[in-house]
Amino acid sequence: MSFFSLASTVLIGILSFIIYFSLSNFFLDVFTRYKKNKFVYENSIRVIIFIAPAFFVLFVFILYPVFETVRLGFYDKFGREFIGWDNYLWALNDPNFRRSIINNLGWLLIVPTLSTFFGLVIANLTDRIWWGSIAKSIIFMPMAISFVGAGVIWKFIYDYRGPGDQQIGLLNAIMVSLGVEPQAWLTIPIWNNLFLMAIMIWIQTGLALVIFSAALRGIPKETLEAARIDGASEFRIFWSIIIPFLEQTILVIWTIITILVLKVFDIIYAMTNGEWQTGVLANLMYDWMFRGGGDSGRGSVLAFCIMIGVIPILAWNLYRHREEQKT
Amino acid sequence: MNLKINFSSIFAQLLLLLFVIVWLAPTFGLFISSFRDKDHLAISGWWTSLMTTEINEIHRTNGKDKQIMENGYYIIKDNIFDNIEGKKISSFGVTSKKINEFNVGDTAVLKDKSLITVYENGDYEWKSEKEFKKKKGRRIFITATSPPNFTLNNYKEVLFKEGLGQAFLNTIAVALPSTLIPLIICSFFAYALTWMTFFGRDLLLATIIASLVVPLQMSLIPILTIYNDFGALFGIAAKSYPGVWLAHTGFGLASTTFLLWNFIKSLPKEMMEAAKVDGANHYDTFVRIVVPLSIPAFASIFILQFLWVWNDLLVGLVFLDKHPSEIILTAKLKELLGSRGENWEILTTGAFISMTVPLFIFFSLQRYFIRGLVAGSVKG
Repeated sequence: MSFFSLASTVLIGILSFIIYFSLSNFFLDVFTRYKKNKFVYENSIRVIIFIAPAFFVLFVFILYPVFETVRLGFYDKFGREFIGWDNYLWALNDPNFRRSIINNLGWLLIVPTLSTFFGLVIANLTDRIWWGSIAKSIIFMPMAISFVGAGVIWKFIYDYRGPGDQQIGLLNAIMVSLGVEPQAWLTIPIWNNLFLMAIMIWIQTGLALVIFSAALRGIPKETLEAARIDGASEFRIFWSIIIPFLEQTILVIWTIITILVLKVFDIIYAMTNGEWQTGVLANLMYDWMFRGGGDSGRGSVLAFCIMIGVIPILAWNLYRHREEQKT
Repeated sequence: MNLKINFSSIFAQLLLLLFVIVWLAPTFGLFISSFRDKDHLAISGWWTSLMTTEINEIHRTNGKDKQIMENGYYIIKDNIFDNIEGKKISSFGVTSKKINEFNVGDTAVLKDKSLITVYENGDYEWKSEKEFKKKKGRRIFITATSPPNFTLNNYKEVLFKEGLGQAFLNTIAVALPSTLIPLIICSFFAYALTWMTFFGRDLLLATIIASLVVPLQMSLIPILTIYNDFGALFGIAAKSYPGVWLAHTGFGLASTTFLLWNFIKSLPKEMMEAAKVDGANHYDTFVRIVVPLSIPAFASIFILQFLWVWNDLLVGLVFLDKHPSEIILTAKLKELLGSRGENWEILTTGAFISMTVPLFIFFSLQRYFIRGLVAGSVKG
């Protein structure tokens, strides 16, 4: 498509929503001008005008699909015939599924832990060093990069050439200079998962870092000074004052990264496409969505497995929201 | 006491420096590599890019058509380099088994008694008493040193020949509406959730909170089915720009609404009431009071959603076609990873092009970006 047709499509798309809101409100004003009971009548229609587009999108793209996906999990590959628990039984016996579950659990265990840990340590370091804000920007930068872009960056780092050749991948070059044989890192089962996780940690540490940095400023200076006067070491202050103070923040960051990791797809799709035992649920699901014309039953079961992972977080969020509303 | 503090401060600085290096090196390497000559890139690490590189090349001499007579000898001579970029030959060979058999300037004696001499600048002279019969020249193996060479050729090639330029435009065409549409409809939605009273409001709010964490995988299959049915019903393409805008709007709706709701409810209630007393209806209040006050919040949310859409792969992959007029940058990059996996000059440059817009936004609007993230970025 040419530049101008693209630009005009974009413009029409955006303008149509602005026009909807201004026109519908304008007509409402015109029609209700001479009505009795103006306010009641006007307001109830205006509520509909205000929430209709968002509610429509919410319904079509989130609410309906959630129930439909659960339903499709009990139907055959075309979504026509009810087959009970067959798709679930298939999943339990599928080696790829089991491998994905194990990998997902590994990701869930390692990535949020290390990202949070690094974020916390770096936030503390940057807090008391004069060039800390520059360091913070640099470590935060990967947050702006796409997973695929990060995939290219790291594939370059993990690049492998035969033992005699000049290594152009940084990791293998370091290995060779230390006198170790170069390795094709991404093809070593089990370990390659760690090399993929490193990418996610590299990205998400920045998120943890900025949120911790903001939270650290909330620690009362007097407490820290009192501890220093009492002769507490920096390490002791970190464990006994800073960590307990940041408990809530740690929990929030943990859940944010956990939700992200549950859906991890791009990195694996770009780097290994699930080969060499690196598959996770999201990749397996994508695979079944299109493999052999697509199997909506199995795909839905896999999507539902990801959903199960977020249900505790969902419940916790709702509970917290209700507590907040009460006050 | 003083000594101890200094020691811990130096240790902290070194530790932070280590983190910075580890975090920066990957991106920096990609950046440098995207400007390197592709022949250099293929055989030496980016950290050597300021040094001369040793390269091995195979060239072929001219054939019998170019031979001349000189002092009773048949001679073929020329320069083996197409363009001289400061390459210097250090040694050469005439068989693939011994590629550095001769030093530059030496003369190699071939089986048929002909003589080949190769000079440092690439000139060669091949002479024989008998006439050359073969149409094709013979192969010469050279080892040359090449000085550092930075170029923009990779960018030209990737943008115009590999189609990344078009993909870049496509990504803008996806990202702008996918960011602005949710912003428009969610700001009305969030206003209604805060300042209007209607039946089911609390339930709707709880639904938004629940939707925040619903993984988008839950939506893919049903929506794809809807799109296919819709396309078949009206005889149009199922995958299109409006389709992907709406999909992104759907997946960004909960977080956009939630963040805006958080902001709008913090606005002073007195202001809304005063407007109402003055006879303003909700639409006037929204446009005249809430929108101007919400500009900073809009900026944060715009950046978050824009970056999310720009960097997305899955939605673009599922709801857009892969042909050149619709493919987005991330999908194109993934395609190149498969088809040009060994051409690092293409990959590094492509990746860097895809990162230009996010990095620009990041460095110019970092404050708003961080504000948005800290306000609570939970996204399904």
